[in-house]
Amino acid sequence: MALESLTAVEVAPLTMLTMAEKVWADHIVHQGDGEPDLLYIDLHLIHEVTSPQAFDGLRTAGRPVRRPDLTVATEDHNIPTIDVDKPIADPVSRIQVETLRKNCDEFGVRLYPLGDIEQGIVHVVGPQMGLTQPGMTIVCGDSHTSTHGAFGALAFGIGTSEVEHVLATQTLPLKPFKTMAINIDGELPAGVTAKDIILAVISKIGTGGGQGYVLEYRGSAIQSLSMEGRMTICNMSIEAGARAGMVAPDQTTFEYIKGRPHAPEGQDWDDAVVYWESLTTDPGAQFDAEVHIDAATLSPYVTWGTNPGQGLPLSSVVPDPAQAHSGEERMAIEQALAYMDLTPGTPLRDIRVDTVFLGSCTNGRIEDLRAAASVLRGKHIASGVRLLVVPGSTRVRLQAESEGLHQIFLDAGAEWRGAGCSMCLAMNPDKLAPGERSASTSNRNFEGRQGPGGRTHLVSPEVAAATAIIGTLSAPADLEVAS
Amino acid sequence: MESFVTHTGTAAPLRRSNVDTDQIIPAEYLKRITRHGFEDALFASWRNDPEFVLNLPQYQGVSVLVAGSDFGTGSSREHAVWALQDFGFKAVLSSRFADIFRGNSGKGGLLAAQISQEDIEFIWGVIETNPQIPVTIDLEAKTVSVGDFTCEFEVDDYVRWRLLRGLDDIGLTMQHQSDIDLYESARPSFKPSVR
Repeated sequence: MALESLTAVEVAPLTMLTMAEKVWADHIVHQGDGEPDLLYIDLHLIHEVTSPQAFDGLRTAGRPVRRPDLTVATEDHNIPTIDVDKPIADPVSRIQVETLRKNCDEFGVRLYPLGDIEQGIVHVVGPQMGLTQPGMTIVCGDSHTSTHGAFGALAFGIGTSEVEHVLATQTLPLKPFKTMAINIDGELPAGVTAKDIILAVISKIGTGGGQGYVLEYRGSAIQSLSMEGRMTICNMSIEAGARAGMVAPDQTTFEYIKGRPHAPEGQDWDDAVVYWESLTTDPGAQFDAEVHIDAATLSPYVTWGTNPGQGLPLSSVVPDPAQAHSGEERMAIEQALAYMDLTPGTPLRDIRVDTVFLGSCTNGRIEDLRAAASVLRGKHIASGVRLLVVPGSTRVRLQAESEGLHQIFLDAGAEWRGAGCSMCLAMNPDKLAPGERSASTSNRNFEGRQGPGGRTHLVSPEVAAATAIIGTLSAPADLEVAS
Repeated sequence: MESFVTHTGTAAPLRRSNVDTDQIIPAEYLKRITRHGFEDALFASWRNDPEFVLNLPQYQGVSVLVAGSDFGTGSSREHAVWALQDFGFKAVLSSRFADIFRGNSGKGGLLAAQISQEDIEFIWGVIETNPQIPVTIDLEAKTVSVGDFTCEFEVDDYVRWRLLRGLDDIGLTMQHQSDIDLYESARPSFKPSVR
């Protein structure tokens, strides 16, 4: 008897896999010595910016789109958020959008154009339609494709050559990623959001800390989040340099998917759930790296510099380059402070902003709008501050309007816009003027990201709303103190 | 794709870490629908500064960029690779590249060669003292040479193999057509589709 049980123990550990490894293994089309694995892609999302040259490549080579039924396009990056019923004013943007329409028509790809009820930011649209499901491989020519990992999908951004590759073959040659567990255990203090968690994670591991890894966010603080909170976290995995972020699918995931337009039904639903439940990381599986964060130590986070790793608790002060750990870090801090026009030692709460941007694939979903509206209800934004509210999709906009949220924003003095990427990357007319400073719920505080010469502080929707009211970087708790 | 075996040219020092793809090419320039003609967009905002390294007379005609760590972070825009190539760059050296940028470089034939930060700083010193000194990159031997100095660089073996032969990825994958057909025939019916 003793001998038998010993044998069983020796055999079992060989099959222990992480979630990312399971999804990877389930999509291998071909493996060869010294070659990358050829992986099958379950869903390919397309938008106007990174696709025109890919379709051109297909045309030149005389290749069709292999699986138009697994390919979905929408218009988001450079479309306007006002006057959406009129032709796009910027001729260059208009040509790019028209090119997408022509390409989708020619190659038989389903497109949700401006004016369609399903239009929106590609990473808001996929989950909303039920196209994003656990265990899938999902790609898009956009680095924030990592968003879809919130469902336990392996989802990552690709370049235009790879867009062409997937259009032609529905596969991608890839080298396996390493795996990193980001364990966030404990109870989140009141007022701490998913955005604060991910800003804290990126500050801890740095913009290159996740390089080569798929991050799996684990622990009780992650399990307690809604799907939208999980999407906010996975969305910014790329800002830590990671290719993808994932959260294990659970009851919260299944409830979110059930009943959506592309959710499985009947026997397919039952089969799908059995499969989805099998995807979670096996107990005892080894990650290549592990990070632990105690949720109870977190507080509202904001960035002070020019990359998303340059973040600190709102209660902190602007850092001093003299305290840097290396010459390279000192140079990076000095360059960031010069661009941001900040002085070491300044309390972050003293930083005054001109613009507040609420939106993006990070924080442009209905729960984000509800959170900001609950702070803004019955209040008005500070004089000299502009608040731009841009829903992540047309359906989010309509949902917000049905709940009366738009009226709260308008009464507070905000601009209420149509859906799109907008000021997150300033490809459309929504941008900062040179020298202007924003508090933004988006994902990147790079130099000029929100307009040439613009300065960006990344914040949560709650902090964005409080900042709009007070005029300096603030959390909702500061409003209670003020009143 | 043109093959890459060795390249010799002058180099420019870019003394910055975390050069993100928004710096390499601002979003405004991504509205174009062509694959070429992005040379004016490269580092567009920094090039307004006459002191920016690529504006200095001694660094005109460079074809190798020697950058700080975490080069190419951020957006997946392959336009960043195209802009570097259109400007005349054949290779970028850094102690760490962002994954998507490195992948895009390999697809487009721009060599992203990884060397240590110590070697980066040494080369910065050499090319600042002597901007005209040729830098040679040998992909077969995986070495960078400047004057008497030579160091090895890291590059993915498969990317190296493809670059040395100038092979097209889609053509390689098409050889596995029957594997793709077989995989597709066994996909579960619960997977979503838009048909």
